[in-house]
Amino acid sequence: MKNYSTTILANNEIAPGYFRMKLLAPGISTQTQPGQFIMIRPQTGLPTMLRRPFGILRCGFLPPECNGLPEREYLEILYKVVGKGTTFLSELHAGDRAEVLGPLGRGFDLGAIGKEKILVGGGIGLVPLFLLAETLIKRGDKVRLLMGGRTRDDILCVTEFERIGVETYVSTDDGSLGEAGFVTNALKRKLDKYPQAEVFACGPMPMLAAVAHICSVDHVPLQVSLEAHMACGVGACLGCVVKGAGHSEQNPRYLCTCKAGPVFTADELDWERLEHKGESCTKGCA
Amino acid sequence: MTNEKMKRPNLAVEIAGIKLKNPVMPASGTFGYGEEYAPYLDLNCLGAIVTKGLSLNPKAGNPTPRIAETTSGMLNAIGLQNVGIDAFVQGKVPYYRGITTPIIANFFGNTLEEYGEVARKLNDVPEVTGVELNISCPNVKQGGIVFGTEPSAAAQVVALVRKALNKPLIVKLTPNVTDITVIARAVEEAGADAISCINTITGMAIDIRTRQPKIANRTGGLSGPAIRPVAVRMTHQVVQAVKIPVIGIGGIMCAEDALEFLIAGATAVQVGTANFIDPAAMIAVIEGLERFLIEEGLDDIRQVIGSLKV
Repeated sequence: MKNYSTTILANNEIAPGYFRMKLLAPGISTQTQPGQFIMIRPQTGLPTMLRRPFGILRCGFLPPECNGLPEREYLEILYKVVGKGTTFLSELHAGDRAEVLGPLGRGFDLGAIGKEKILVGGGIGLVPLFLLAETLIKRGDKVRLLMGGRTRDDILCVTEFERIGVETYVSTDDGSLGEAGFVTNALKRKLDKYPQAEVFACGPMPMLAAVAHICSVDHVPLQVSLEAHMACGVGACLGCVVKGAGHSEQNPRYLCTCKAGPVFTADELDWERLEHKGESCTKGCA
Repeated sequence: MTNEKMKRPNLAVEIAGIKLKNPVMPASGTFGYGEEYAPYLDLNCLGAIVTKGLSLNPKAGNPTPRIAETTSGMLNAIGLQNVGIDAFVQGKVPYYRGITTPIIANFFGNTLEEYGEVARKLNDVPEVTGVELNISCPNVKQGGIVFGTEPSAAAQVVALVRKALNKPLIVKLTPNVTDITVIARAVEEAGADAISCINTITGMAIDIRTRQPKIANRTGGLSGPAIRPVAVRMTHQVVQAVKIPVIGIGGIMCAEDALEFLIAGATAVQVGTANFIDPAAMIAVIEGLERFLIEEGLDDIRQVIGSLKV
């Protein structure tokens, strides 16, 4: 976990309303677990004040610019422009400065080695799944990605997943790419075929609730990555809480998305009482 | 430059008998219990640590969404979620034994009896140097604001806690009143050793697409730079009205902001929302205060406190 000021290397629109930003991030690759996030804030000229949380899409080493120079580390985020903060972020250029805090939170537990892994991503929810897929494949697991979105414009980075050896399946609500319908239909079929699989999901709350339902019926282990509005990212402001399993008025159990999460096992959460309101912003919050 | 000139200026101040190595501390609720921020700054560099508000029993807090950013500020309605005084003493206090910075426990009650009971429990915690009595949370019905808006009720709860407590007592005031000086005088007379002002200003923000309030509680407390001029004004008024020391709070983002409060007469300041934006914000404020003194040719922060020219 570090708090530092750094340089933006690239910030490009890769699909309508979706941007991909690359930043210099010393030490990031050795520190980051798949599923962790960072808080970012542009350094100058702010119309907004608080940092915004973003899942880490990729991190690693840049090729050295010339022989003998030490390799520099980078991280990449992928975000959807949804409000003032992300609009401003999308207007930054290579060479601009940003303040980064991270990596933060609890990442994915990688599960049993050799077991089938099914990753379910809804829209921008694929972000934390890439690093996860990469890590799982490196140790020899079979990884399948089920990608869902409203239209073809919401289906991102599929070829990137395929390039590292992930088998991908696409569904869109309007049928403009892949299968027409919800990604959960594909999940049911895959679980029929691979009942021993472990599932990892990130996406809008209704999708996660549906995935949780399917997995609980089939007794399949599930981890979900949540998103929430956050002020601090370190467990102090208590702005990003979700209701944990066993929550009640008398015996309240609120969990900080930033610290106890953003990755939770499905049985840690109170799916009946999870508040959907204001939680549709998917890792590129306002 | 002579050695004399190179001496570092004094930043130490005293509030209600608590010796602070500098006048900078976190505002309650923006710094957790302190430990959360240990990876980002040296807690021993702070003037004091002020805890999240504590109550007799654990408190769940409000439904989400609890926060929303607004222009130069943020609304929050956390609802005083906390672990409760007993869990605090068992789970959080042991960490303070490794820290030299004074610990100020912020607390509130639902009833007068609860205020008294929490105060008595804090008496038995040597790690806690002083307490800050919250009679000003705008986000829960019994979060104290009922005691903070009515002078006689404020006096009653402060007198009761003063009697129960054997530690320095700071009282945190709400700005959501017609005249803050009336409340300030009432709590001073009732035995407060110091006053913190201000807590957040009640506000509201609406999502124009969903037509819903941006936070579930409908209204929340506004903090951040947006409230600073109001906070400086109220600090100035309270300083004029009472003899006990005042801690200025409201939208401090940097040393220059803190200096406004100090010049207005605050003996110390609390930094709140800035901790969320930069976890090391208070260190920058402390360093900036020292730099200001050097630039101004002053050797003691107390030469700045109350130096307002009107």
